[in-house]
Amino acid sequence: MAGIIGYGAYIPRNRIRVEEIAKIWGADAPSYKRGLGLEEKSVPSPDQDTITMAVEAAKKAIRRAAIDPREIGAVYVGSESHPYAVKPSGTVLAEAIGATPEVHSASFEFACKAGSEAMFVCLCQVESGRIRYGLAVGADTSQGAPGDALEYSAAAGAAAFLFGRDNTIADVNETYAYMTDTPDFWRREYQHYPRHAGRFTGEPAYFKHVLGAARGILSKTGMGPKDFAYAVFHQPNGKFPLNAAKQLGFTREQVETGRLVPKLGNTYSGSSPLGLTAILDVAKPGDRILMVSYGSGAGSDAFVFTVTDRIEAVRGKAAATRDMLDRNKVYLDYGTYCKYRGKILKAE
Amino acid sequence: MRDVAIIGVGLNKKWGELWNVSLRDLFVEAALNAVDDAGVDHLDSMYVGCMTSGLFVGQEHLGSLMADYLGANPIPATRVESACASGGAAFRQGFIEVASGISDYVLVGGVEKMTDVGGDEATYALSAAADMEYEAYHGVTFPGLYALMARVHMERFGTTCKQLAQVAVKNHKHGALNPEAQYPFEVTVEDVLGSVMVADPLHILDCSPITDGAAAVVLCPLDTARRIAKKPVVRVLASAQASGTIALHSRKDLASIESTSQAATKAYRAAGIGPRDIQVAEVHDCFTIAEIMVLEALGFVETGKGGQAAESGMTALGGRIPVNTSGGLKAKGHPVGATGVAQVIEITRQLRGDAGPRQVKDARIGLTQNMGGTGGSSVVHILGAA
Repeated sequence: MAGIIGYGAYIPRNRIRVEEIAKIWGADAPSYKRGLGLEEKSVPSPDQDTITMAVEAAKKAIRRAAIDPREIGAVYVGSESHPYAVKPSGTVLAEAIGATPEVHSASFEFACKAGSEAMFVCLCQVESGRIRYGLAVGADTSQGAPGDALEYSAAAGAAAFLFGRDNTIADVNETYAYMTDTPDFWRREYQHYPRHAGRFTGEPAYFKHVLGAARGILSKTGMGPKDFAYAVFHQPNGKFPLNAAKQLGFTREQVETGRLVPKLGNTYSGSSPLGLTAILDVAKPGDRILMVSYGSGAGSDAFVFTVTDRIEAVRGKAAATRDMLDRNKVYLDYGTYCKYRGKILKAE
Repeated sequence: MRDVAIIGVGLNKKWGELWNVSLRDLFVEAALNAVDDAGVDHLDSMYVGCMTSGLFVGQEHLGSLMADYLGANPIPATRVESACASGGAAFRQGFIEVASGISDYVLVGGVEKMTDVGGDEATYALSAAADMEYEAYHGVTFPGLYALMARVHMERFGTTCKQLAQVAVKNHKHGALNPEAQYPFEVTVEDVLGSVMVADPLHILDCSPITDGAAAVVLCPLDTARRIAKKPVVRVLASAQASGTIALHSRKDLASIESTSQAATKAYRAAGIGPRDIQVAEVHDCFTIAEIMVLEALGFVETGKGGQAAESGMTALGGRIPVNTSGGLKAKGHPVGATGVAQVIEITRQLRGDAGPRQVKDARIGLTQNMGGTGGSSVVHILGAA
């Protein structure tokens, strides 16, 4: 059975607190913290972007899988902040990890579910026997307009997964996709920041698709919440995944391990995949995991994984996601944050 | 003038953020419910109360649109606009048309589809109810205007933030009994005072919400109603409307709502009753301070004593004059153009003895007060069990 043979995460060290952003805009920090269910978010350094973070995460995945990167037949990167409008992120990544030249690559874009799209296609390639190993990455340095509600949550991070048929650490038991044309969030070419439809992004967008995909895969597999040790839902803020879990009958304990958003922010394409890495860091053999992504526009991908015995042997080979989240943090003031995010530029 | 009765009422199933329901669908659902409730087989004329469908969904010409989609062509259909009092003003036009003898069966509906735009656009659309050139263009929004009024009321009469909060607490308590309400749950004084400040002293829980919704009633001559009505007949005892300055700064007194006092005085005179005869009322609590000031303008309490009404329980269910038994704009929701019509529906249900757990015992006379802007227009109706 095909599945994940290695995984890796990357979270930048820099953080900015909700209070620091709220102070600048005269906003009420406690109500933002309460409303969004988050306290701080990660910020990429000036020399970091989707590609560099993808490389960091991919290297950890390769270390855990202990494979020869030249045997990777596909490198897929899902992001909504690909550094180039024209030029693939995957070529740089494949070059950096030593997977070139016999490798296929593609950039995926589907708002916050580009990462899980990459995972799905990678899995299919491996299952079909067309390639031996495939690398799928979800990574973003997501954008939020200054003062917009998104600025409090738009964060940076990456998660990488190697798929293969042998030596899996988590088998993929089932997948399910649920998609409609629902324009809740978008960014047109040449625009720096996305636009969104406020509260419309909740019930008719996020919840309809996340619940639709979750219910779909549960029905397809004949499983219920009790069959899972863990579940991770796309986490644009702290509240939505908890609300989705509750509506589906999952307990807080089942979702808490993968719910990184209160201290991480929304890493967009990296969001639910990063949650999955945090779960793989602690899951036991036999544990079943439900992952449901969400991308505005809108759609959700759902996966059911079963952790194998091999997990114990590989997880210690690279840094744990929670360690990157909780340790060695550097807190930025708003001015430095603006500089790092390219919102202000030094005169030539 | 003929006596006029209300023989049918209808709302769309539930008010709230109705992402999948369009402006026309909202209206038609409420209108069909009202026609069904009335049991009439035709209409002679219809009115549509709506504040600003142009800014909210880009649609004008609502009379034609709604008559068309209701299947009511070719009857005359006219839109009535008086900002947040559009529904009340539309009802008054329907009343006048039946009373005058021009038409027998008149449908009056109110509708607003507010969630197709984001928060900033909605705030702008609503600010069109203020004086655009002298207020809105300078950045004043409705929470800001009502906050100014609240400040003056607090300075002059010692009204407190806690008293404001108690209006929200009471209306949510009523709203919790109304399954059609947008927010059918209770809040505490601490919830209100702890909620985010919008315009000092108004917290977000002092403000009515953005709502999609519609309401409709069918009017006919009282004689006809007595003959054909399937349910207890409710009679329109008085219809009055008054105008006040559109801009707040033109008022002689920021702490009172003159147009409501004027309309109420005329209504009481027409009905031959006084404020003490009112047993239940629906008033325009777009902000908690508004309910306080309106109670004073209606003569339910002395000037300056409005803050004590919710605090003392006088305006709660079981009190001397239960106010906003539906939950009010605060908890039931405020789809601007529908509000005035929905107020008439709540009082009609009360007078029919049809208000379920919200029923005011032995209610025979009720009042509605619907207001545009900061009181640039006010419409008061007094209804009685026939």
